[in-house]
Amino acid sequence: MMNLRRDVFQAIANPTRRTILLLLAAQSMTAGSIASHFDTARPTVSKHLQILTECELLKQEQQGREIYYHFNAQKMREVADFLEPFRQMWEEKFNKLEQIMLNYKSK
Amino acid sequence: MERKTNLTAPDGKQEILIERIFDLPLNLLFLAYTKAELVEQWMGNKVIKWDHKDHGSYQLETIGESGNVLFRANGTIHKSIENQQIIRTFEMENSTFPVQLEFLEFESIDNNTSKLAMKIVYKSVLDRDEMLKLPFARGIHLAHNRIQQIISNLK
Repeated sequence: MMNLRRDVFQAIANPTRRTILLLLAAQSMTAGSIASHFDTARPTVSKHLQILTECELLKQEQQGREIYYHFNAQKMREVADFLEPFRQMWEEKFNKLEQIMLNYKSK
Repeated sequence: MERKTNLTAPDGKQEILIERIFDLPLNLLFLAYTKAELVEQWMGNKVIKWDHKDHGSYQLETIGESGNVLFRANGTIHKSIENQQIIRTFEMENSTFPVQLEFLEFESIDNNTSKLAMKIVYKSVLDRDEMLKLPFARGIHLAHNRIQQIISNLK
């Protein structure tokens, strides 16, 4: 599970992959129409799509002869929540600091 | 509960920014970071060594119930300017995490409110991301506790 998490984190660290996610958040698209938005070679875009699909940020769906890529909003939400436990840890420490110092002051 | 602590970890950068507004005058906030007996209380660690001055150093540890060391960390104080700034390092002993560099900026907002802005710089982006994941298991545990609490309130 930890490895998968890291993969998701690394997946969204790449600017091309972030652009792909933005495109697909607006509408589902085929690999061809996604590639048409980039100057890079189509195999490069395919590789990005593969990485994003492997870490479940994208889902594939067959429609007739075409494969459409969909944005997986649920998975993206998990990534957004990634920082929350770390933030909470600090929040708890700081709340404690505040309480201790308020008591210290009134002594 | 009110969210008073802001945390940002910009994509592809090896740093974390943490900001917090305290309902404390500036001098008390700064004191909480410089007096060993106070650090012990809010950090929840035992202070083994505490020499808070320029080029001084510190060491903290947590001992488990059976007397084993659960956590030990140390660092050096590069610079400390009263009620303004602390620049220091932090390193967890017996871990794979490299030492990190911390910039703490203290600021008064009014007589009873102050702000801490903390910038933590890691050796690499990957090191930062690994560090961010540390409290993850604990976060899940907290969520589980909350669910239990909600369920028991329903009874």
